[in-house]
Amino acid sequence: MNNPRGQPEDWSAFTKAKTTRADPLYESAKTVHNKRIDGPFRRFKWLVMLVTLGIYYGTPWIRWDRGEYAPDQAVLIDLANRRFYMFNIEIWPHEFYFVAGLLIMAGIGLFLVTSAVGRAWCGYACPQTVWTDLFQHVDRFVDGDRNARVRMEAAPWTFGKLSRRIFKYMIYLVIGFWTGGAWIMYFADAPTLTVDFWTGQAAMAAYITVAILTLTTVVLGGFMREQVCIYMCPWPRIQTAMMDEKSLLVTYKDWRGEPRGSVKKAQKSPDEFGDCIDCMQCVQVCPTGIDIREGPQIGCITCALCIDACDKVMADIGRPRGLIDYATLEDCEAEAAGQPARPAWKALMRPRTFAYTLIWGAIGLGLLFALGARSHADISVAADRNPPFMLMSDGSVRNSYTIKLRNMESQPRQMEVTLNGLSGGRMWTETISSDEAAPSQIFDVPADQTLSTRVYVMAPADTMAQDFMLELTTLDEQRETDSSATKFAAPGDK
Amino acid sequence: MMANEGSDTKTPATKRIDEPTGTEFVGHEWDGIEELDTPMPRWWLWTFYLTIIWSIAYVVLYPAWPLVEKGTEGVLGWTSRGQLAEEMSLADQARASVRERLSRTPIERIPEDADLLQKAVAGGAAAFKVNCVQCHGSGAAGSQTLGYPNLNDDDWLWGGDINAIEYTLVHGIRQQGHDETRFSAMPAYEGVFDDTQIDAVVDHVLSLSGKAQPNAAGADIYDVNCASCHAPDGTGDRSVGAPNLADAIWLYGETPAQVRRQILQPRMGMMPKWEGRLDPVTIKMLAAYVHSLGGGEDFVEVTAEGEDPPAVEVDEQS
Ligand code: SF4
Ligand code: SF4
Repeated sequence: MNNPRGQPEDWSAFTKAKTTRADPLYESAKTVHNKRIDGPFRRFKWLVMLVTLGIYYGTPWIRWDRGEYAPDQAVLIDLANRRFYMFNIEIWPHEFYFVAGLLIMAGIGLFLVTSAVGRAWCGYACPQTVWTDLFQHVDRFVDGDRNARVRMEAAPWTFGKLSRRIFKYMIYLVIGFWTGGAWIMYFADAPTLTVDFWTGQAAMAAYITVAILTLTTVVLGGFMREQVCIYMCPWPRIQTAMMDEKSLLVTYKDWRGEPRGSVKKAQKSPDEFGDCIDCMQCVQVCPTGIDIREGPQIGCITCALCIDACDKVMADIGRPRGLIDYATLEDCEAEAAGQPARPAWKALMRPRTFAYTLIWGAIGLGLLFALGARSHADISVAADRNPPFMLMSDGSVRNSYTIKLRNMESQPRQMEVTLNGLSGGRMWTETISSDEAAPSQIFDVPADQTLSTRVYVMAPADTMAQDFMLELTTLDEQRETDSSATKFAAPGDK
Repeated sequence: MMANEGSDTKTPATKRIDEPTGTEFVGHEWDGIEELDTPMPRWWLWTFYLTIIWSIAYVVLYPAWPLVEKGTEGVLGWTSRGQLAEEMSLADQARASVRERLSRTPIERIPEDADLLQKAVAGGAAAFKVNCVQCHGSGAAGSQTLGYPNLNDDDWLWGGDINAIEYTLVHGIRQQGHDETRFSAMPAYEGVFDDTQIDAVVDHVLSLSGKAQPNAAGADIYDVNCASCHAPDGTGDRSVGAPNLADAIWLYGETPAQVRRQILQPRMGMMPKWEGRLDPVTIKMLAAYVHSLGGGEDFVEVTAEGEDPPAVEVDEQS
């Protein structure tokens, strides 16, 4: 019988194998009560948390003067007017490629980070991680450290436990509410919205958004926690596919640690045991509740808290640090084979990282260049083709066009539109009467807006159908120009 | 046998356990990667139950099951038609203030208020698409073959200022039995002149706009028979809707045969009177729209000496 997988030849065993299941189909998640730890990585995590949360909560409150015609909020997504403000950059809907570019950069940035330092995004900067960390600190603040929390979970529902739980969930709610509250500030003027929000005058969408985000924050950060990373997030899967033996991982150096043995045992027979004293500190501090000594696994977000924990233990028992450490699989193999440890930073120097950096930087520079080179005035012309042309009583031919003049500056501008290439052509508009028809007209375009207007272009009798241009010049010191080609329809066409 | 083989692979002969996790293997293997029988998290199950509850609630609240005649209606009574009606009435309410302003503003004063004018033109464009395109065409270019006037040009039979246009809309053209309608009739000259005379008149008429050589005999006939309405120089008379014959625009065509036919058996257009069919505000909006098409003329106020022009009642608050 064909047996490509090296399975047992005795197929009769398969038919008998209707075994009862040992494992249940479903399993309730066990709450992770991670222990407090201090160390360089923990401090770095504190710093990242401070910075990221600071950015998140603080950004909408930064003011940025754009003159009287534009909002003075530094970062604002103005959905109603379809504008995106970011400091001195203002993005219009037609420039959405900037946003697309930024998203591509963010994507490649994640690749870059993964290539260089593995799942560092997961371990430090991901909102799920940051908020989970925050909520775990709340747990610690209310119920005490790991042991107290484990006891508390097992304890019967006394009044004390109930009141503590209520207190804790109140804090959860406040954090969740604050998270949702900060989110909506990005979509409207923050101080005004705050007042409106508390006086009940904000848009319904604001209250609904806050409610939804409060809920998701509390559910995802307060209860789901590591379950999000393990079961719901696609990023670990993508990362797993992107990692190779040259990627930095938080690794337990089993050749050094195994076999495990307590300090006492190790003292009795020093040659028999490795460095790991099986104190379980690394497991207890882990925010996702895994045992890194089982090897690299999807549950590990590489937050490096176990490194802090183990380093501390190693310091206490007088052994060198780094039993658990950032290392690549390749380096681990080399080290296990007896070669000296290679410093982790060397793992950063790899062609793939440089390639990503290059691509990332090129897109960034491209975007910056496009941003610098973009014009703030723009004309587009659409010919009205129903009817294509009008014969006037004196035989002259009139065409009409809808022109759009876009003013991307936050101040009103005068723009002059001139006919080019239509001899004898004159134009007027719905507001400029035909008595004032001329080869060029001046339009007042309001600040930060597109002026859409119908223009009539008249050419003398017997003008043939032809192409011509409408040229725009701004009448300010920038003198920006743009032009749009269109057709003049006439009976001479036939 | 085949079926057996398929299901067999799901249950391995011997239970094999993955050492680090302590979980059983399922038995599926791809290039050395094996699937573990890790239990699903229980919240996953709850989420599944929640979706079931949601679906039941949805089925109870909203239209869901298609039946023979209709579907189940749902206890909320929601319908997409109802939603549309609601949105339409909201839109009507939003427009109410504009309509109110329009009804209070005399037609010739609308152009003074750019915002109101813009709204009137937009409303007129919409009403035009419903009521007028059947004859005048969606681009308001009319039809020479059928004799529907083009509303885009600067040639007006009965006047092209906004008041005149409104009057035409309200009272129509050649509406029998309506005293205020615009009315005139071009006599039919069939049998009145002989062929040479007709040809001479056609020549003369076309020569008014430079399309033919002047014809003295034709000019004489014209002066006697036509000039009273179409004016000696052929520029027409709007008070009787006599078209301008000296311009480049020809309602029924500019070939000698077309002009000849119009003299012998004249066609004269009719236009419905819209008063009573459309409300005055819609008619105002239509007038504003037609006036805006590019040939609209300025309204010249005719007021008696010493009299103030009518007060403009535009309430800016509304
Ligand atoms: S195993 Fe270590 S690095 Fe991985 S998540 Fe747990 S504590 Fe963080
Ligand atoms: S913290 Fe270090 S010594 Fe303690 S169990 Fe973990 S790996 Fe072993």
